[in-house]
Amino acid sequence: MTATDTTSRAAEDGRTMAGEGTAHGRSVRRLHLGARALGRRRPTGDARDERPVLPRFPRPARLFGYALVAGLALLYLLPFLLQISNSFKTEADAAADPLALWPSTPTTITYERLFGLGGEADSVPFPRWLANSALVTVLITAGRVLFDSMAGYALARLRFPGRAVLAGFVLAVMAVPGVVLLIPRFLVLNSFGMFDTYSGMVVPLLVDAAGIFIMKQFFETVPRELEEAARIDGAGVLRTFWSVVLPMARPALITLTILSFQGSWNEFTHFLVATQSEQYETLTTGLARFVSGGLGGGSQFPLKLAAAVLSTVPVAVLFFFFQRHFIRGANAGAVKE
Amino acid sequence: MRRRGTVHGRERLWGWLFVSPMAVVLGLFLALPVFMAIWVSLLDWNGQSNPFTGGEADFVGLDNYRALLTQDGLDRTLFATSLRNNAYYVLLAVPLATSAGLLLALVVNQRLLKGRGLARTTFYFPSVTSSIAVATVFLFLFQGSGAVNSLLSWVGVEGPNWLNDPRGVTWVLLGGLGLVDPDQPSASLAAHDFLGLPLTEWLAGPSVALLTLVLMATWTTSGTFMLIFLAALQNIPRELEEAAALDGVGRRRMLWHVILPSIRPVVFLVLTLAMIGSWQVFDMVYVMGQGSPANTTLTPAFLSYSSAFDSADFGQGAAVAFLLFAIILTLVLLQRWLLRERGPGRDRLRNRGRRGTSERSRA
Repeated sequence: MTATDTTSRAAEDGRTMAGEGTAHGRSVRRLHLGARALGRRRPTGDARDERPVLPRFPRPARLFGYALVAGLALLYLLPFLLQISNSFKTEADAAADPLALWPSTPTTITYERLFGLGGEADSVPFPRWLANSALVTVLITAGRVLFDSMAGYALARLRFPGRAVLAGFVLAVMAVPGVVLLIPRFLVLNSFGMFDTYSGMVVPLLVDAAGIFIMKQFFETVPRELEEAARIDGAGVLRTFWSVVLPMARPALITLTILSFQGSWNEFTHFLVATQSEQYETLTTGLARFVSGGLGGGSQFPLKLAAAVLSTVPVAVLFFFFQRHFIRGANAGAVKE
Repeated sequence: MRRRGTVHGRERLWGWLFVSPMAVVLGLFLALPVFMAIWVSLLDWNGQSNPFTGGEADFVGLDNYRALLTQDGLDRTLFATSLRNNAYYVLLAVPLATSAGLLLALVVNQRLLKGRGLARTTFYFPSVTSSIAVATVFLFLFQGSGAVNSLLSWVGVEGPNWLNDPRGVTWVLLGGLGLVDPDQPSASLAAHDFLGLPLTEWLAGPSVALLTLVLMATWTTSGTFMLIFLAALQNIPRELEEAAALDGVGRRRMLWHVILPSIRPVVFLVLTLAMIGSWQVFDMVYVMGQGSPANTTLTPAFLSYSSAFDSADFGQGAAVAFLLFAIILTLVLLQRWLLRERGPGRDRLRNRGRRGTSERSRA
């Protein structure tokens, strides 16, 4: 399969490309070099040659190039800047001058209203959305980190009948278009009596095929000698996994944690079909209903934008601190869709 | 020392214990649902009661599919409209997002560009944020009197009422050139129809509102594609580029004859991913109008959802989902076949790339 082959190679490179600076990056790289030294992979880990192959662009072209990059960067940033600035505007101000990056009369009323401090009764139960999002995200992330790494380890290292079939099953599951599962998921949840409950929101997402794939790939690069040494010292399978292999997998576990957090925090369609009552609304389903339904009356855009800002903040913070893990995920997860 | 047999026995037990949560969850919530939905697509079922123990569900065979494909009526018109919309969406969004991703990757891969890490972060950030939050922002930016139209007014352009404009761009453009009357494009075309939708409607092109969705999709997905392309670009053996440079190959020929052929499989991968994703567009549609204006942003994915959950016709919704599945599958296979590797020239380049990598690993 060329597609998988390419992606795993891409994932490999994303890993090294991302490992810049920081103690962690270096430990990832060292680990991979170790794995490669054992003859598993060709060395992409060597410091990339930074010399350009072709001569530099002439000066006018270089200036044009920088202008192009700056223009593109503005195009990708401007929506976020406008989102933030307009969330601090009054409704009249946002309607009159949506492009102003600095509000004429800055106000935090939208944020106060979201947390019920504005004094008026509000139709937006924002704290509830936030609590629900936090709860399901923590549960789903914990489940994925544990179950994905267990499954990944078993598929990579343990010999048991049916392993090949299961590995094929994981790959096949990744190929099912998510949209086909919209109604079926509801059907299953309904039959099990899990519709409109927290368990219905969490359990189906506790495992994800892409995460298993990431962990399996990682465990395959861990030198077998380590496990054999642990076995000789009398450690069983569970102990070898828990005390020897899992600690080594820290870089992969961090990636998986971050990707799972981001994925479940931003999850929308599953929660939409798994729930019905307002009490189970998350930031995504609550915001979506508020935004798509509230167009008739006052537009309330500053309020909507403020809710969108707040729902972006956790992922944004995570992204800026752990970029290279996202980058690795983008390449590893390319098999996912 | 333990005997080998016992070690194996243990591995067998632990292996199954380790995979059982995964097997149970993926089996119950991914594999089983597909089969249940096939059954439901053959039923007339309103979502109440349990369709698997009899109850109020009637077995109607292929009626749901017939209503979508062969019987005149609202079902078929809606389905055809959603297909038309999504086809135009795919035709625009896939090339746009792929080429934008490639352009960004080529830019941030320039070894001498200062701040390329920062640029990479900037371009990728939209891809990690929630689609709902992004859609909220785009709704705000593209209002009639919103930021985008304010920007356009600076250059003297009066922008349309983006999200409320159901006009198809074909007739808007041809009408602007004075070639056709946008309100009455052609009587002979209107007289013929395909899947219950007049040819004028099929040819109308994407509506202005759908264009807004295309722009948003390009903006949110190009960062991911950039990263995939970037990984591929950095995988090109340096020797290959150096050899070409020694032969006096200029930038343009380097791009067309060295770089693009070496990342061909990845271009193919990105095109496939983009196409699969584009046929499933749902979140954006839900937030930005739920099909309005005049059903011109209705997509099969959203139609499937709304048939089931808004109109309580789960059989119909499941049938739409399976037809969509079939479309995606067919197009992936078609794309594979169209873009399959052929011709001696490409093979030679590819092999040269391979040889380059294996030499490096030996060194």
